[in-house]
Amino acid sequence: MLEPERYELNEGPAYHFELERRDFFKFLGGGLVLLLVFDHPADAQESGRAPRGDARPPEIAAWLHIGEDGAVTVYTGKAEMGQNIRTSLTQAVAEELHAPVSSIQLVMADTALTPYDMGTFGSRTTPTMAPQLRKVGAAAREALIGLAAEKWKTSRASITVAGGKVKNASSGETIGFGELTQGRQIMSTVNAANLTPADQWTTAGSSVTKVNARDIVTGAHRYASDIARPGMLLGRVLRPPMVDAKLVSVDASKLNGVSGVLVVRDGDFAGVVAEDELTAATALAAISSRWDHQKDQPSDKNVYQYLKSHTQSGARSNPEHGSIDQALASSDHKLDATYTVAYIAHTPLEPRAAVAEWEDGKLTVWTGTQRPFGVRSELAEAFSIPEDRVRVIVPDTGSGYGGKHSGECAIEAARLAKAAKKPVKLIWTREEEFTWAYFRPAGVIDIRGGITSDGLLAAWEFHNYNSGPSGINTPYEVPSHVIEFHATDSPLRQGSYRGLAATANHFARESHMDDLAVAAGLDPLEFRLKNLKDARLRAVLQAAADKFGWSNSQSTPTRGFGLACGVEKGGYVASCAEVSIAQPGGKVKIERVVTAFECGAIVNPEHLKNQVEGSVIMGIGGALFESIQFADGKILNAQLSKYRVPRFSDTPAVETVLLDRKDLPSAGAGETPIVALAPAVGNAIFHATGTRIRSLPMI
Amino acid sequence: MELVVNQKHYRIEVHPDRMLLWVLRNDLELTGTKYGCGEGQCGACTVLVDGAPVRSCLARASTAAGKEITTIEGLAQNGKLHPLQEAFIQADAMQCGYCTPGMIVSGAALLKKTPQPSDAEIRRAMEGNVCRCGTYPRIVAAVRMASRQSTQRTANGGPHA
Ligand code: FES
Ligand code: FES
Repeated sequence: MLEPERYELNEGPAYHFELERRDFFKFLGGGLVLLLVFDHPADAQESGRAPRGDARPPEIAAWLHIGEDGAVTVYTGKAEMGQNIRTSLTQAVAEELHAPVSSIQLVMADTALTPYDMGTFGSRTTPTMAPQLRKVGAAAREALIGLAAEKWKTSRASITVAGGKVKNASSGETIGFGELTQGRQIMSTVNAANLTPADQWTTAGSSVTKVNARDIVTGAHRYASDIARPGMLLGRVLRPPMVDAKLVSVDASKLNGVSGVLVVRDGDFAGVVAEDELTAATALAAISSRWDHQKDQPSDKNVYQYLKSHTQSGARSNPEHGSIDQALASSDHKLDATYTVAYIAHTPLEPRAAVAEWEDGKLTVWTGTQRPFGVRSELAEAFSIPEDRVRVIVPDTGSGYGGKHSGECAIEAARLAKAAKKPVKLIWTREEEFTWAYFRPAGVIDIRGGITSDGLLAAWEFHNYNSGPSGINTPYEVPSHVIEFHATDSPLRQGSYRGLAATANHFARESHMDDLAVAAGLDPLEFRLKNLKDARLRAVLQAAADKFGWSNSQSTPTRGFGLACGVEKGGYVASCAEVSIAQPGGKVKIERVVTAFECGAIVNPEHLKNQVEGSVIMGIGGALFESIQFADGKILNAQLSKYRVPRFSDTPAVETVLLDRKDLPSAGAGETPIVALAPAVGNAIFHATGTRIRSLPMI
Repeated sequence: MELVVNQKHYRIEVHPDRMLLWVLRNDLELTGTKYGCGEGQCGACTVLVDGAPVRSCLARASTAAGKEITTIEGLAQNGKLHPLQEAFIQADAMQCGYCTPGMIVSGAALLKKTPQPSDAEIRRAMEGNVCRCGTYPRIVAAVRMASRQSTQRTANGGPHA
């Protein structure tokens, strides 16, 4: 039931058999091929190491090909789903190769063509994949210089590369990248290269337009759900009436003699295939089925008691620092409180979709997933075939937010296609996406905190039940603390989400800190700064407060101001929020949010701003109104009309301050900026109304 | 039935209960129009029928027969993007882009009716369109930008006047 946060590293294969690299790369044709080999084995655990039986060379992180026509193609196993990495990674290559962005194509997330990759999650693309692609770009540039020096019989020093051309400085001759290979395939392997420091970037660090924006705005881009294959049919899957049910019997006799409908049954799986979506839906409705299921399952009403009473053994804990009970007892002000967060749904606008096609016992699946190679393994396992007979292709996807790690839709489409002997497309309905995907975990957080009379944190005890350990450690200085995550049995299937548990942990911590500030009689900003040493966190907090005008923000019963901050996945964030309250007890509206964010050297300022804004706006849903209602294994609000997501009218004025630290490596940015929003809003509501809301969603 | 989509005439056999969205996508392979909810809640499936925005997931294809249907694929003219498509690129008003076709078609309908909308009018008109990636402020900026451009064009007597 517990869908892990999938951060654990995959086991490496038991054997490595040296493969003939040239065979694998034949498909590239003539030109220059650059293979980047890992120099840090740790990197290879995330990408590069292919599972056993794979035809691709192991320990290769990325490869780049310059065709004889000069076309540059870079291969990476990462997937694009709205984080704009297709653009930022292209910029990374362009920067080092000294070639225009428009001359570079990225082939992404295709298990037949790209290096193995564990998956696109955890904000890992920018810190790990971008440097790899920069290395391969730099190495390609060096190789081109070598070829040109050879051709012109001159020294490497007199060759320069700029604007996608190689130039002989002494003669003034220039030559295109493609012409240098002269019909050969030249392959070279590198494991390191000198990279351009961030303060000398020209392409990276600038706001390059999304590389495939034109395809998006014209509707030409084909998402997985848009793929069409010759002779393709449409599938639907028979769903149980509740989670955890076993199929007892299926009666499809009403469909006897109905032409053009195929009913497929295999164990607990049943589905239909037809020529159009209406026939498929009508056929599905004509099937009657009986399911066995558990009675008396928890509901959203009693889930928090359930979680606390169903902990798994072996809490993950930090060593106890000092005796917490003693430290609490000797604190001048103490505060205990319990916080809760609800299950919420990722609700990617493109639901899970897959097109599956079998040919000569080989399976190809186009699907939107964050783990193309993981889904390939799932497919191989489901059909008991070797992985090299399965190809997973991930077209740029209609978002994931951590919600598209699993391959169930791909497996279902493949099962239907196998029976139909024709390609089958399966698009999950919105209701299926709400019900049969997985959720951001619900959780309970208990905190006990204590401060001294002069406002210094003295004791901090923090227990998180189920929602997860991300962002659980406090960035504040505290002499005595206990911080524990308790895994529990979740009644609903749960997994990754944008920012993971960091949202829950920051909500609880930063709400509690705000209450402690009040107890200390200090301004919330002053109280935080007093207890913070981390210079990067202090910097974002101060930057957000300055831009917001924190010092002039006096809360009234109808207008509240709040702030919160945090560190997660190498990113530092602080948000200040202004809320309005129609009248005492009335409707809460978020009017303005200022977020300061720092994640090292900025790769693309405009896209980074876009990610920060998107995180803030998505965060509004979880903060104010998103929650999954369920009872007895049934999801009760599995529709967009019943599950409220943020809309135009919910959107405040969103302002972003970016701190560019060119001296620090770039970290990912798709997740962390979400974490400070909920507590900043909760604190603003508190300062207006005097009411502390300790559960998400807050209204 | 006869469907006129982006000025092209299609004569097709279609069950009268099939929704326009799926006929466009599955039969005519015009996949720019997206499915997001199937209940009129997200706007990803928005097309223009005789110039008015319609949720194609809830409209039977038969109700649009013979009328002028415009999908996202029909907004650019001879390879020249509609000003709103340009503005979306300029404003970086997309992340995953899945909502974008519906947003642009809805926005184009608004600009046709109200060439100079205020931000509040833009938000009101687009309230039924969901962008889960949260690019709302940029979408408002893009519509504003396109409306300004079309005013300038009006002043210059340009083609989109
Ligand atoms: S798919 Fe038609 S409104 Fe959502
Ligand atoms: S850009 Fe992803 S839903 Fe709008």
